[in-house]
Amino acid sequence: MSEGSWRSIANLGKRHKIARWAQLGFAALTWLGVVLLAILLLRVAKQGISWLDLQFLTNFPSRFPEKAGILSALAGTLWLIGLTGAISVPVGVAAAVYLEEFSRPGRLKTFIEINIANLAGVPSIVYGLLGLAVFVRGLALGRSVLAGALTMSLLILPVIIIASREAIKAVPQSLRQGAMALGATRWQTVRHHVIPSALPGMLTGVILALSRAIGETAPLIMIGALTYIAFTPNGPMDDFTALPIQIFNWTSRPQKDFHSLAAAGIILLLIVLLIMNAAAVYIRYRTQRTRR
Amino acid sequence: MNDTIDLRFAKRRRPGEEGIKSLLLLCALLSIFTTAGIIMVLGRETWGFFREVPVFSFLFGLNWTPLLEPRSYGVLPLLGGTTMIVVGSALIALPVGLGSAIFLSEYAGERTRSIVKPILEILAGVPTVVYGYFALTTVTPVLRSILPQTNIFNAASASVVVGIMILPMVASLCDDALRAVPTSLRQAGHALGATRLEVSTQVVVPGALSGVLASFVLAASRAFGETMAVTLAAGATPNLTANPLESIQTMTAYIVQVSLGDTPAGGVEYKTIFAVGSLLFVITLGMNILANRILKRYQEVYE
Repeated sequence: MSEGSWRSIANLGKRHKIARWAQLGFAALTWLGVVLLAILLLRVAKQGISWLDLQFLTNFPSRFPEKAGILSALAGTLWLIGLTGAISVPVGVAAAVYLEEFSRPGRLKTFIEINIANLAGVPSIVYGLLGLAVFVRGLALGRSVLAGALTMSLLILPVIIIASREAIKAVPQSLRQGAMALGATRWQTVRHHVIPSALPGMLTGVILALSRAIGETAPLIMIGALTYIAFTPNGPMDDFTALPIQIFNWTSRPQKDFHSLAAAGIILLLIVLLIMNAAAVYIRYRTQRTRR
Repeated sequence: MNDTIDLRFAKRRRPGEEGIKSLLLLCALLSIFTTAGIIMVLGRETWGFFREVPVFSFLFGLNWTPLLEPRSYGVLPLLGGTTMIVVGSALIALPVGLGSAIFLSEYAGERTRSIVKPILEILAGVPTVVYGYFALTTVTPVLRSILPQTNIFNAASASVVVGIMILPMVASLCDDALRAVPTSLRQAGHALGATRLEVSTQVVVPGALSGVLASFVLAASRAFGETMAVTLAAGATPNLTANPLESIQTMTAYIVQVSLGDTPAGGVEYKTIFAVGSLLFVITLGMNILANRILKRYQEVYE
Protein backbone atom coordinates (compact mmCIF):
# COMPACT_ATOMS: atom_id res chain seq x y z
CA MET A 1 0.00 0.00 0.00
CA SER A 2 1.29 3.47 -0.77
CA GLU A 3 2.41 5.89 1.89
CA GLY A 4 -0.56 8.16 1.22
CA SER A 5 -3.21 5.60 1.95
CA TRP A 6 -1.40 4.50 5.12
CA ARG A 7 -1.52 8.06 6.30
CA SER A 8 -5.22 8.34 5.48
CA ILE A 9 -6.00 5.17 7.38
CA ALA A 10 -3.97 6.29 10.35
CA ASN A 11 -5.58 9.71 10.46
CA LEU A 12 -8.72 8.48 12.13
CA GLY A 13 -9.71 11.77 13.72
CA LYS A 14 -9.74 13.57 10.40
CA ARG A 15 -11.73 10.81 8.73
CA HIS A 16 -14.37 10.91 11.39
CA LYS A 17 -14.53 14.67 11.14
CA ILE A 18 -15.10 14.42 7.39
CA ALA A 19 -17.76 11.78 7.95
CA ARG A 20 -19.62 14.02 10.42
CA TRP A 21 -19.60 16.95 8.01
CA ALA A 22 -20.78 14.67 5.22
CA GLN A 23 -23.69 13.51 7.34
CA LEU A 24 -24.72 17.13 7.84
CA GLY A 25 -24.35 17.69 4.10
CA PHE A 26 -26.55 14.73 3.18
CA ALA A 27 -29.17 15.83 5.70
CA ALA A 28 -29.10 19.36 4.30
CA LEU A 29 -29.60 18.06 0.74
CA THR A 30 -32.57 15.99 1.92
CA TRP A 31 -34.26 18.83 3.73
CA LEU A 32 -33.66 21.07 0.71
CA GLY A 33 -36.57 19.31 -1.01
CA VAL A 34 -38.79 20.00 1.97
CA VAL A 35 -37.76 23.66 2.08
CA LEU A 36 -38.39 24.07 -1.65
CA LEU A 37 -41.88 22.65 -1.27
CA ALA A 38 -42.54 25.03 1.60
CA ILE A 39 -41.33 28.03 -0.43
CA LEU A 40 -43.48 26.96 -3.39
CA LEU A 41 -46.62 26.59 -1.30
CA LEU A 42 -46.05 29.80 0.65
CA ARG A 43 -45.42 31.72 -2.54
CA VAL A 44 -48.64 30.44 -4.14
CA ALA A 45 -50.66 31.02 -0.99
CA LYS A 46 -49.38 34.56 -0.52
CA GLN A 47 -50.16 35.61 -4.07
CA GLY A 48 -53.40 33.76 -4.56
CA ILE A 49 -55.32 33.42 -1.32
CA SER A 50 -56.94 36.89 -1.40
CA TRP A 51 -58.24 36.21 -4.94
CA LEU A 52 -59.84 32.95 -3.97
CA ASP A 53 -63.44 33.92 -3.20
CA LEU A 54 -66.94 32.95 -4.19
CA GLN A 55 -66.89 35.22 -7.20
CA PHE A 56 -63.73 33.49 -8.44
CA LEU A 57 -65.47 30.13 -8.20
CA THR A 58 -68.68 31.20 -9.94
CA ASN A 59 -67.44 33.51 -12.71
CA PHE A 60 -66.24 32.67 -16.18
CA PRO A 61 -62.81 33.76 -17.50
CA SER A 62 -62.58 37.39 -18.45
CA ARG A 63 -60.21 39.95 -19.92
CA PHE A 64 -60.57 41.88 -16.68
CA PRO A 65 -58.73 40.10 -13.88
CA GLU A 66 -61.03 41.42 -11.15
CA LYS A 67 -64.04 39.84 -12.89
CA ALA A 68 -62.37 36.62 -13.99
CA GLY A 69 -63.37 33.30 -12.50
CA ILE A 70 -62.66 29.65 -12.92
CA LEU A 71 -66.10 28.05 -13.14
CA SER A 72 -65.77 26.71 -16.68
CA ALA A 73 -62.31 25.25 -15.96
CA LEU A 74 -63.48 23.60 -12.75
CA ALA A 75 -66.52 22.13 -14.49
CA GLY A 76 -64.34 21.02 -17.40
CA THR A 77 -61.90 19.26 -15.08
CA LEU A 78 -64.74 17.46 -13.26
CA TRP A 79 -66.23 16.32 -16.59
CA LEU A 80 -62.84 15.27 -17.86
CA ILE A 81 -61.94 13.26 -14.77
CA GLY A 82 -65.37 11.65 -14.58
CA LEU A 83 -65.20 10.47 -18.18
CA THR A 84 -61.53 9.48 -17.94
CA GLY A 85 -62.29 7.39 -14.88
CA ALA A 86 -65.31 5.78 -16.54
CA ILE A 87 -63.16 4.78 -19.54
CA SER A 88 -59.79 3.95 -18.03
CA VAL A 89 -60.74 2.17 -14.82
CA PRO A 90 -62.74 -0.74 -16.31
CA VAL A 91 -60.25 -1.21 -19.13
CA GLY A 92 -57.22 -0.93 -16.86
CA VAL A 93 -58.60 -3.30 -14.24
CA ALA A 94 -59.64 -5.78 -16.95
CA ALA A 95 -56.13 -5.71 -18.43
CA ALA A 96 -54.61 -6.24 -15.00
CA VAL A 97 -57.00 -9.12 -14.27
CA TYR A 98 -56.10 -10.74 -17.57
CA LEU A 99 -52.36 -10.45 -16.97
CA GLU A 100 -52.52 -11.71 -13.38
CA GLU A 101 -55.28 -14.32 -13.49
CA PHE A 102 -55.77 -15.59 -17.03
CA SER A 103 -52.59 -15.24 -19.05
CA ARG A 104 -49.99 -17.94 -19.28
CA PRO A 105 -46.31 -17.06 -19.30
CA GLY A 106 -45.19 -16.72 -22.88
CA ARG A 107 -44.27 -14.36 -25.67
CA LEU A 108 -47.63 -12.57 -25.76
CA LYS A 109 -47.59 -11.82 -22.04
CA THR A 110 -43.98 -10.60 -22.15
CA PHE A 111 -44.77 -8.43 -25.15
CA ILE A 112 -47.76 -6.84 -23.43
CA GLU A 113 -45.72 -6.23 -20.30
CA ILE A 114 -42.88 -4.59 -22.23
CA ASN A 115 -45.43 -2.42 -24.01
CA ILE A 116 -47.00 -1.26 -20.77
CA ALA A 117 -43.61 -0.49 -19.22
CA ASN A 118 -42.55 1.51 -22.26
CA LEU A 119 -45.85 3.38 -22.50
CA ALA A 120 -45.42 4.49 -18.89
CA GLY A 121 -42.25 6.31 -19.97
CA VAL A 122 -43.64 8.04 -23.06
CA PRO A 123 -43.81 11.85 -22.56
CA SER A 124 -47.38 13.08 -22.09
CA ILE A 125 -47.13 15.44 -25.04
CA VAL A 126 -46.71 12.44 -27.38
CA TYR A 127 -50.08 11.17 -26.14
CA GLY A 128 -51.36 14.61 -27.04
CA LEU A 129 -50.13 14.14 -30.62
CA LEU A 130 -51.79 10.71 -30.71
CA GLY A 131 -55.06 12.15 -29.41
CA LEU A 132 -54.91 15.00 -31.91
CA ALA A 133 -54.43 12.68 -34.89
CA VAL A 134 -56.72 9.82 -33.81
CA PHE A 135 -59.53 11.25 -31.68
CA VAL A 136 -59.78 14.91 -32.69
CA ARG A 137 -59.20 14.45 -36.43
CA GLY A 138 -59.44 10.72 -37.21
CA LEU A 139 -62.66 9.97 -35.31
CA ALA A 140 -63.78 13.59 -35.76
CA LEU A 141 -64.61 14.05 -32.11
CA GLY A 142 -63.35 17.63 -32.31
CA ARG A 143 -62.07 19.48 -29.28
CA SER A 144 -64.61 17.74 -27.07
CA VAL A 145 -64.43 16.50 -23.51
CA LEU A 146 -64.69 12.99 -24.90
CA ALA A 147 -61.59 13.41 -27.07
CA GLY A 148 -59.76 14.76 -24.01
CA ALA A 149 -60.96 11.92 -21.80
CA LEU A 150 -59.93 9.26 -24.32
CA THR A 151 -56.47 10.79 -24.63
CA MET A 152 -56.10 11.01 -20.84
CA SER A 153 -57.31 7.42 -20.49
CA LEU A 154 -54.54 6.14 -22.76
CA LEU A 155 -52.08 8.25 -20.79
CA ILE A 156 -52.97 6.86 -17.36
CA LEU A 157 -53.80 3.28 -18.40
CA PRO A 158 -50.24 2.01 -17.75
CA VAL A 159 -50.35 3.49 -14.24
CA ILE A 160 -53.75 1.92 -13.50
CA ILE A 161 -52.69 -1.47 -14.88
CA ILE A 162 -49.44 -1.52 -12.90
CA ALA A 163 -51.18 -0.48 -9.66
CA SER A 164 -54.06 -2.94 -10.13
CA ARG A 165 -51.64 -5.79 -10.81
CA GLU A 166 -49.86 -5.03 -7.56
CA ALA A 167 -53.18 -5.10 -5.72
CA ILE A 168 -54.18 -8.41 -7.35
CA LYS A 169 -50.78 -9.93 -6.57
CA ALA A 170 -51.31 -9.12 -2.89
CA VAL A 171 -54.45 -11.31 -2.73
CA PRO A 172 -53.48 -14.53 -0.93
CA GLN A 173 -53.35 -17.63 -3.12
CA SER A 174 -55.40 -19.57 -0.55
CA LEU A 175 -58.45 -17.46 -1.40
CA ARG A 176 -58.30 -18.56 -5.04
CA GLN A 177 -57.68 -22.17 -4.11
CA GLY A 178 -60.63 -22.12 -1.71
CA ALA A 179 -63.00 -20.85 -4.36
CA MET A 180 -61.69 -23.27 -6.99
CA ALA A 181 -61.99 -26.18 -4.57
CA LEU A 182 -65.67 -25.37 -4.22
CA GLY A 183 -66.05 -25.63 -7.99
CA ALA A 184 -65.97 -21.99 -8.97
CA THR A 185 -64.70 -21.25 -12.45
CA ARG A 186 -61.74 -18.94 -12.87
CA TRP A 187 -63.93 -15.96 -13.68
CA GLN A 188 -66.24 -16.67 -10.75
CA THR A 189 -63.21 -16.83 -8.49
CA VAL A 190 -61.94 -13.54 -9.86
CA ARG A 191 -65.28 -11.79 -9.72
CA HIS A 192 -66.44 -12.85 -6.30
CA HIS A 193 -63.17 -13.19 -4.43
CA VAL A 194 -60.07 -11.73 -6.06
CA ILE A 195 -61.50 -8.39 -7.19
CA PRO A 196 -63.38 -7.61 -3.95
CA SER A 197 -60.29 -8.45 -1.97
CA ALA A 198 -58.00 -6.39 -4.20
CA LEU A 199 -60.46 -3.50 -4.46
CA PRO A 200 -58.96 -1.15 -1.83
CA GLY A 201 -55.50 -1.49 -3.34
CA MET A 202 -56.89 -0.91 -6.81
CA LEU A 203 -58.84 2.13 -5.64
CA THR A 204 -55.72 3.68 -4.17
CA GLY A 205 -53.88 3.20 -7.46
CA VAL A 206 -56.80 4.47 -9.51
CA ILE A 207 -57.15 7.63 -7.44
CA LEU A 208 -53.45 8.36 -7.73
CA ALA A 209 -53.60 7.80 -11.50
CA LEU A 210 -56.61 10.10 -11.84
CA SER A 211 -54.92 12.77 -9.77
CA ARG A 212 -52.06 12.61 -12.25
CA ALA A 213 -54.58 13.18 -15.05
CA ILE A 214 -56.01 16.22 -13.25
CA GLY A 215 -52.65 17.97 -13.31
CA GLU A 216 -51.73 17.07 -16.90
CA THR A 217 -51.72 20.05 -19.20
CA ALA A 218 -49.71 19.29 -22.30
CA PRO A 219 -51.95 16.61 -23.90
CA LEU A 220 -55.02 18.81 -23.41
CA ILE A 221 -53.34 21.75 -25.10
CA MET A 222 -52.39 19.42 -27.95
CA ILE A 223 -55.94 18.29 -28.55
CA GLY A 224 -57.00 21.91 -28.51
CA ALA A 225 -58.84 22.35 -25.23
CA LEU A 226 -59.59 26.05 -25.34
CA THR A 227 -58.67 28.62 -22.76
CA TYR A 228 -61.56 31.01 -23.27
CA ILE A 229 -64.77 29.13 -22.61
CA ALA A 230 -67.68 31.00 -21.12
CA PHE A 231 -69.91 28.02 -20.48
CA THR A 232 -69.82 24.74 -18.62
CA PRO A 233 -69.94 21.53 -20.69
CA ASN A 234 -73.38 19.92 -20.92
CA GLY A 235 -72.36 16.71 -22.62
CA PRO A 236 -69.33 14.71 -23.68
CA MET A 237 -69.24 16.35 -27.11
CA ASP A 238 -68.97 19.93 -25.82
CA ASP A 239 -65.83 22.06 -25.98
CA PHE A 240 -64.13 22.46 -22.66
CA THR A 241 -61.24 23.92 -20.73
CA ALA A 242 -59.60 22.57 -17.58
CA LEU A 243 -57.94 23.90 -14.43
CA PRO A 244 -54.30 23.43 -15.51
CA ILE A 245 -55.00 25.00 -18.91
CA GLN A 246 -56.59 28.04 -17.30
CA ILE A 247 -53.60 28.29 -14.92
CA PHE A 248 -51.22 28.02 -17.88
CA ASN A 249 -53.07 30.75 -19.71
CA TRP A 250 -53.08 33.13 -16.76
CA THR A 251 -49.44 32.44 -15.93
CA SER A 252 -48.34 33.12 -19.50
CA ARG A 253 -49.77 36.65 -19.43
CA PRO A 254 -47.40 39.45 -18.39
CA GLN A 255 -49.79 41.30 -16.02
CA LYS A 256 -49.33 40.66 -12.32
CA ASP A 257 -53.05 40.42 -11.60
CA PHE A 258 -53.32 37.43 -13.91
CA HIS A 259 -50.46 35.78 -12.02
CA SER A 260 -52.51 36.22 -8.86
CA LEU A 261 -55.45 34.58 -10.61
CA ALA A 262 -53.12 31.75 -11.61
CA ALA A 263 -52.05 31.40 -7.98
CA ALA A 264 -55.70 31.23 -6.89
CA GLY A 265 -56.29 28.59 -9.57
CA ILE A 266 -53.27 26.63 -8.34
CA ILE A 267 -54.62 26.69 -4.78
CA LEU A 268 -57.90 25.27 -6.07
CA LEU A 269 -56.08 22.62 -8.13
CA LEU A 270 -53.93 21.61 -5.15
CA ILE A 271 -57.03 21.41 -2.93
CA VAL A 272 -58.68 19.02 -5.42
CA LEU A 273 -55.48 16.93 -5.53
CA LEU A 274 -55.19 16.99 -1.74
CA ILE A 275 -58.75 15.71 -1.33
CA MET A 276 -58.08 12.85 -3.75
CA ASN A 277 -54.78 11.90 -2.15
CA ALA A 278 -56.33 12.06 1.31
CA ALA A 279 -59.00 9.65 0.08
CA ALA A 280 -56.32 7.28 -1.22
CA VAL A 281 -54.36 7.42 2.04
CA TYR A 282 -57.57 6.89 4.05
CA ILE A 283 -58.51 3.80 2.02
CA ARG A 284 -55.00 2.38 2.42
CA TYR A 285 -55.09 3.05 6.17
CA ARG A 286 -58.51 1.44 6.65
CA THR A 287 -57.64 -1.74 4.79
CA GLN A 288 -54.38 -2.07 6.69
CA ARG A 289 -56.39 -1.96 9.92
CA THR A 290 -59.06 -4.43 8.87
CA ARG A 291 -56.50 -6.87 7.46
CA ARG A 292 -54.76 -7.08 10.81
CA MET B 1 -64.94 -44.45 -13.70
CA ASN B 2 -65.23 -41.44 -11.45
CA ASP B 3 -62.03 -40.09 -12.90
CA THR B 4 -63.38 -39.85 -16.43
CA ILE B 5 -66.53 -38.08 -15.30
CA ASP B 6 -64.46 -35.55 -13.38
CA LEU B 7 -62.25 -34.97 -16.35
CA ARG B 8 -65.16 -34.38 -18.68
CA PHE B 9 -66.64 -32.00 -16.17
CA ALA B 10 -63.42 -30.05 -16.03
CA LYS B 11 -63.14 -29.90 -19.81
CA ARG B 12 -66.71 -28.78 -20.31
CA ARG B 13 -66.82 -25.81 -22.61
CA ARG B 14 -67.98 -22.63 -20.97
CA PRO B 15 -68.80 -20.07 -23.64
CA GLY B 16 -69.37 -17.31 -21.07
CA GLU B 17 -66.06 -17.95 -19.43
CA GLU B 18 -64.25 -17.96 -22.78
CA GLY B 19 -66.03 -14.77 -23.86
CA ILE B 20 -65.00 -12.95 -20.72
CA LYS B 21 -61.46 -14.13 -21.16
CA SER B 22 -61.36 -12.75 -24.70
CA LEU B 23 -62.78 -9.45 -23.48
CA LEU B 24 -60.11 -9.18 -20.82
CA LEU B 25 -57.44 -10.08 -23.37
CA LEU B 26 -58.73 -7.31 -25.60
CA CYS B 27 -58.26 -4.78 -22.81
CA ALA B 28 -54.73 -6.03 -22.24
CA LEU B 29 -54.00 -5.81 -25.96
CA LEU B 30 -55.01 -2.14 -25.90
CA SER B 31 -51.50 -1.32 -24.71
CA ILE B 32 -50.11 -2.85 -27.88
CA PHE B 33 -52.65 -0.94 -29.98
CA THR B 34 -51.63 2.28 -28.21
CA THR B 35 -47.96 1.73 -29.00
CA ALA B 36 -48.85 0.83 -32.57
CA GLY B 37 -51.07 3.93 -32.78
CA ILE B 38 -48.29 6.21 -31.57
CA ILE B 39 -45.81 4.74 -34.02
CA MET B 40 -48.26 4.86 -36.94
CA VAL B 41 -49.45 8.41 -36.30
CA LEU B 42 -45.95 9.78 -35.76
CA GLY B 43 -44.59 7.72 -38.63
CA ARG B 44 -47.22 8.77 -41.15
CA GLU B 45 -47.00 12.52 -40.54
CA THR B 46 -43.22 12.42 -40.24
CA TRP B 47 -43.03 10.56 -43.56
CA GLY B 48 -45.13 13.30 -45.12
CA PHE B 49 -42.86 15.90 -43.56
CA PHE B 50 -39.72 14.28 -44.96
CA ARG B 51 -41.21 14.27 -48.45
CA GLU B 52 -41.10 18.06 -48.29
CA VAL B 53 -38.03 18.57 -46.13
CA PRO B 54 -34.87 16.45 -46.56
CA VAL B 55 -33.99 14.35 -43.51
CA PHE B 56 -30.46 15.72 -43.48
CA SER B 57 -31.48 19.37 -43.30
CA PHE B 58 -33.96 18.51 -40.51
CA LEU B 59 -31.46 16.65 -38.33
CA PHE B 60 -28.42 18.85 -38.93
CA GLY B 61 -29.83 22.25 -39.88
CA LEU B 62 -28.83 25.13 -37.64
CA ASN B 63 -31.95 27.27 -38.08
CA TRP B 64 -35.50 26.54 -36.94
CA THR B 65 -37.95 29.02 -38.44
CA PRO B 66 -40.85 26.89 -39.73
CA LEU B 67 -43.47 29.58 -39.05
CA LEU B 68 -41.64 32.56 -40.59
CA GLU B 69 -40.15 33.36 -43.97
CA PRO B 70 -37.54 32.33 -44.96
CA ARG B 71 -38.60 28.94 -43.66
CA SER B 72 -35.93 26.67 -42.32
CA TYR B 73 -36.35 23.30 -40.68
CA GLY B 74 -33.13 22.56 -38.83
CA VAL B 75 -34.05 20.93 -35.54
CA LEU B 76 -30.70 21.46 -33.80
CA PRO B 77 -31.72 24.69 -32.01
CA LEU B 78 -34.69 22.86 -30.44
CA LEU B 79 -32.57 19.84 -29.62
CA GLY B 80 -29.93 22.15 -28.15
CA GLY B 81 -32.55 23.92 -26.03
CA THR B 82 -33.90 20.63 -24.71
CA THR B 83 -30.38 19.35 -24.03
CA MET B 84 -29.60 22.47 -22.06
CA ILE B 85 -32.64 21.94 -19.86
CA VAL B 86 -31.76 18.26 -19.37
CA VAL B 87 -28.15 19.03 -18.43
CA GLY B 88 -29.12 21.96 -16.21
CA SER B 89 -31.81 20.04 -14.35
CA ALA B 90 -29.52 17.01 -14.00
CA LEU B 91 -26.83 19.21 -12.42
CA ILE B 92 -29.36 19.98 -9.69
CA ALA B 93 -31.39 16.81 -9.38
CA LEU B 94 -28.68 14.13 -9.61
CA PRO B 95 -26.37 15.27 -6.78
CA VAL B 96 -29.21 16.41 -4.53
CA GLY B 97 -31.26 13.30 -5.28
CA LEU B 98 -28.38 10.89 -4.67
CA GLY B 99 -27.38 12.80 -1.52
CA SER B 100 -30.95 12.60 -0.20
CA ALA B 101 -31.08 8.92 -1.04
CA ILE B 102 -27.82 8.26 0.83
CA PHE B 103 -29.18 10.17 3.80
CA LEU B 104 -32.53 8.37 3.73
CA SER B 105 -31.09 4.90 3.34
CA GLU B 106 -27.82 5.14 5.35
CA TYR B 107 -28.40 7.75 8.04
CA ALA B 108 -32.05 8.54 8.64
CA GLY B 109 -34.12 6.66 11.20
CA GLU B 110 -37.61 5.35 10.53
CA ARG B 111 -39.15 8.54 11.92
CA THR B 112 -37.25 10.88 9.61
CA ARG B 113 -38.02 8.61 6.66
CA SER B 114 -41.70 8.64 7.50
CA ILE B 115 -41.64 12.46 7.35
CA VAL B 116 -39.39 13.01 4.34
CA LYS B 117 -40.73 10.28 2.03
CA PRO B 118 -44.33 11.60 1.87
CA ILE B 119 -43.03 15.13 1.33
CA LEU B 120 -40.98 13.90 -1.64
CA GLU B 121 -44.12 12.17 -2.92
CA ILE B 122 -46.06 15.43 -2.70
CA LEU B 123 -43.24 17.19 -4.53
CA ALA B 124 -43.50 14.54 -7.25
CA GLY B 125 -47.29 14.96 -7.45
CA VAL B 126 -47.33 18.73 -7.98
CA PRO B 127 -48.59 19.37 -11.54
CA THR B 128 -45.91 20.60 -13.93
CA VAL B 129 -47.82 23.76 -14.79
CA VAL B 130 -47.42 24.79 -11.13
CA TYR B 131 -43.65 24.49 -11.53
CA GLY B 132 -43.94 26.74 -14.56
CA TYR B 133 -45.70 29.34 -12.43
CA PHE B 134 -43.02 28.92 -9.77
CA ALA B 135 -40.26 29.45 -12.33
CA LEU B 136 -41.77 32.63 -13.78
CA THR B 137 -42.88 34.28 -10.54
CA THR B 138 -40.11 33.20 -8.16
CA VAL B 139 -37.01 31.67 -9.71
CA THR B 140 -36.65 34.10 -12.62
CA PRO B 141 -36.94 37.26 -10.45
CA VAL B 142 -34.33 35.84 -8.06
CA LEU B 143 -32.00 35.07 -10.97
CA ARG B 144 -32.51 38.53 -12.43
CA SER B 145 -31.72 40.21 -9.13
CA ILE B 146 -28.40 38.33 -9.00
CA LEU B 147 -27.55 38.51 -12.73
CA PRO B 148 -29.35 41.52 -14.21
CA GLN B 149 -28.55 40.55 -17.81
CA THR B 150 -30.86 37.52 -17.48
CA ASN B 151 -33.68 37.41 -19.99
CA ILE B 152 -37.25 37.21 -18.63
CA PHE B 153 -37.50 33.83 -20.34
CA ASN B 154 -34.35 31.82 -19.79
CA ALA B 155 -33.09 28.27 -19.73
CA ALA B 156 -31.58 28.55 -16.26
CA SER B 157 -34.88 29.21 -14.50
CA ALA B 158 -36.59 26.37 -16.35
CA SER B 159 -33.66 24.05 -15.55
CA VAL B 160 -33.97 24.85 -11.85
CA VAL B 161 -37.66 23.97 -11.66
CA VAL B 162 -37.32 20.88 -13.87
CA GLY B 163 -34.48 19.87 -11.53
CA ILE B 164 -36.80 20.25 -8.54
CA MET B 165 -39.42 18.29 -10.42
CA ILE B 166 -37.28 15.23 -11.19
CA LEU B 167 -35.52 15.35 -7.83
CA PRO B 168 -38.09 13.14 -6.01
CA MET B 169 -37.82 10.53 -8.75
CA VAL B 170 -34.01 10.34 -8.43
CA ALA B 171 -34.19 10.30 -4.63
CA SER B 172 -36.82 7.60 -4.44
CA LEU B 173 -35.30 5.29 -7.11
CA CYS B 174 -31.78 5.67 -5.66
CA ASP B 175 -33.13 5.05 -2.17
CA ASP B 176 -34.70 1.78 -3.34
CA ALA B 177 -31.43 0.76 -5.01
CA LEU B 178 -29.30 1.60 -1.97
CA ARG B 179 -31.61 -0.22 0.41
CA ALA B 180 -31.37 -3.34 -1.73
CA VAL B 181 -27.65 -3.60 -0.87
CA PRO B 182 -27.40 -6.20 1.90
CA THR B 183 -26.50 -5.10 5.41
CA SER B 184 -23.71 -7.68 5.57
CA LEU B 185 -21.68 -5.62 3.07
CA ARG B 186 -22.02 -2.55 5.28
CA GLN B 187 -21.05 -4.57 8.33
CA ALA B 188 -17.99 -5.87 6.53
CA GLY B 189 -17.00 -2.30 5.71
CA HIS B 190 -17.45 -1.18 9.29
CA ALA B 191 -15.50 -4.21 10.53
CA LEU B 192 -12.57 -3.08 8.39
CA GLY B 193 -12.69 0.23 10.20
CA ALA B 194 -14.41 2.37 7.57
CA THR B 195 -16.45 5.34 8.70
CA ARG B 196 -20.11 5.58 7.77
CA LEU B 197 -19.28 7.97 4.94
CA GLU B 198 -16.66 5.60 3.57
CA VAL B 199 -19.08 2.69 3.74
CA SER B 200 -21.75 4.75 1.98
CA THR B 201 -19.58 6.06 -0.84
CA GLN B 202 -17.20 3.15 -1.31
CA VAL B 203 -19.38 0.13 -0.55
CA VAL B 204 -23.10 0.93 -0.77
CA VAL B 205 -23.19 3.30 -3.76
CA PRO B 206 -20.88 1.13 -5.90
CA GLY B 207 -22.94 -1.88 -4.85
CA ALA B 208 -26.10 -0.18 -6.09
CA LEU B 209 -24.48 1.44 -9.11
CA SER B 210 -26.79 -0.10 -11.69
CA GLY B 211 -29.87 1.21 -9.90
CA VAL B 212 -28.35 4.63 -9.36
CA LEU B 213 -27.29 5.01 -13.00
CA ALA B 214 -30.65 3.75 -14.25
CA SER B 215 -32.43 6.31 -12.09
CA PHE B 216 -30.23 9.05 -13.55
CA VAL B 217 -31.11 8.02 -17.11
CA LEU B 218 -34.84 7.76 -16.31
CA ALA B 219 -34.78 11.20 -14.69
CA ALA B 220 -33.02 12.66 -17.73
CA SER B 221 -35.66 11.10 -19.94
CA ARG B 222 -38.41 12.74 -17.83
CA ALA B 223 -36.66 16.10 -18.16
CA PHE B 224 -36.37 15.55 -21.91
CA GLY B 225 -40.11 15.18 -22.36
CA GLU B 226 -41.10 17.82 -19.81
CA THR B 227 -43.40 20.35 -21.37
CA MET B 228 -45.31 22.91 -19.33
CA ALA B 229 -42.57 24.32 -17.09
CA VAL B 230 -40.18 24.82 -20.02
CA THR B 231 -42.91 26.31 -22.21
CA LEU B 232 -43.72 28.88 -19.56
CA ALA B 233 -40.23 29.67 -18.32
CA ALA B 234 -37.69 29.00 -21.07
CA GLY B 235 -39.26 31.02 -23.84
CA ALA B 236 -40.17 30.55 -27.49
CA THR B 237 -37.03 31.56 -29.38
CA PRO B 238 -35.26 28.64 -31.04
CA ASN B 239 -31.72 29.60 -30.28
CA LEU B 240 -28.58 27.53 -30.57
CA THR B 241 -26.72 28.92 -27.59
CA ALA B 242 -24.76 27.76 -24.58
CA ASN B 243 -25.80 30.69 -22.44
CA PRO B 244 -28.45 29.57 -19.93
CA LEU B 245 -29.52 33.14 -19.27
CA GLU B 246 -30.90 33.55 -22.78
CA SER B 247 -34.34 32.66 -24.04
CA ILE B 248 -34.48 29.33 -25.87
CA GLN B 249 -37.12 26.90 -27.09
CA THR B 250 -37.33 23.21 -26.38
CA MET B 251 -38.83 20.57 -28.66
CA THR B 252 -41.87 20.21 -26.40
CA ALA B 253 -42.37 23.97 -26.15
CA TYR B 254 -42.39 24.22 -29.94
CA ILE B 255 -45.11 21.59 -30.21
CA VAL B 256 -47.19 23.51 -27.68
CA GLN B 257 -46.60 26.81 -29.46
CA VAL B 258 -47.90 25.44 -32.75
CA SER B 259 -50.92 23.74 -31.24
CA LEU B 260 -51.92 26.91 -29.38
CA GLY B 261 -52.31 28.63 -32.74
CA ASP B 262 -54.75 27.62 -35.43
CA THR B 263 -52.71 25.37 -37.64
CA PRO B 264 -54.68 23.68 -40.39
CA ALA B 265 -54.17 19.93 -40.73
CA GLY B 266 -52.10 18.84 -43.71
CA GLY B 267 -49.79 21.87 -43.91
CA VAL B 268 -46.07 21.66 -43.31
CA GLU B 269 -46.46 23.46 -39.96
CA TYR B 270 -48.85 20.75 -38.83
CA LYS B 271 -46.41 18.05 -39.89
CA THR B 272 -43.47 19.69 -38.13
CA ILE B 273 -44.97 18.97 -34.71
CA PHE B 274 -45.16 15.28 -35.57
CA ALA B 275 -41.60 15.26 -36.88
CA VAL B 276 -40.38 16.93 -33.69
CA GLY B 277 -42.64 14.57 -31.69
CA SER B 278 -41.10 11.56 -33.41
CA LEU B 279 -37.62 12.69 -32.50
CA LEU B 280 -38.77 13.23 -28.91
CA PHE B 281 -40.41 9.81 -28.80
CA VAL B 282 -37.39 8.00 -30.25
CA ILE B 283 -34.94 9.70 -27.89
CA THR B 284 -36.99 9.16 -24.70
CA LEU B 285 -37.73 5.57 -25.71
CA GLY B 286 -34.01 5.03 -26.29
CA MET B 287 -33.21 6.45 -22.86
CA ASN B 288 -35.82 4.26 -21.15
CA ILE B 289 -34.49 1.17 -22.91
CA LEU B 290 -30.95 2.19 -21.94
CA ALA B 291 -32.03 2.49 -18.29
CA ASN B 292 -33.48 -1.02 -18.43
CA ARG B 293 -30.31 -2.38 -20.03
CA ILE B 294 -28.17 -0.82 -17.32
CA LEU B 295 -30.41 -2.36 -14.65
CA LYS B 296 -30.25 -5.82 -16.19
CA ARG B 297 -26.67 -5.88 -17.36
CA TYR B 298 -24.86 -4.41 -14.40
CA GLN B 299 -27.16 -5.62 -11.71
CA GLU B 300 -25.35 -7.03 -8.71
CA VAL B 301 -27.30 -10.06 -7.64
CA TYR B 302 -27.42 -10.42 -3.90
CA GLU B 303 -28.67 -13.63 -2.45
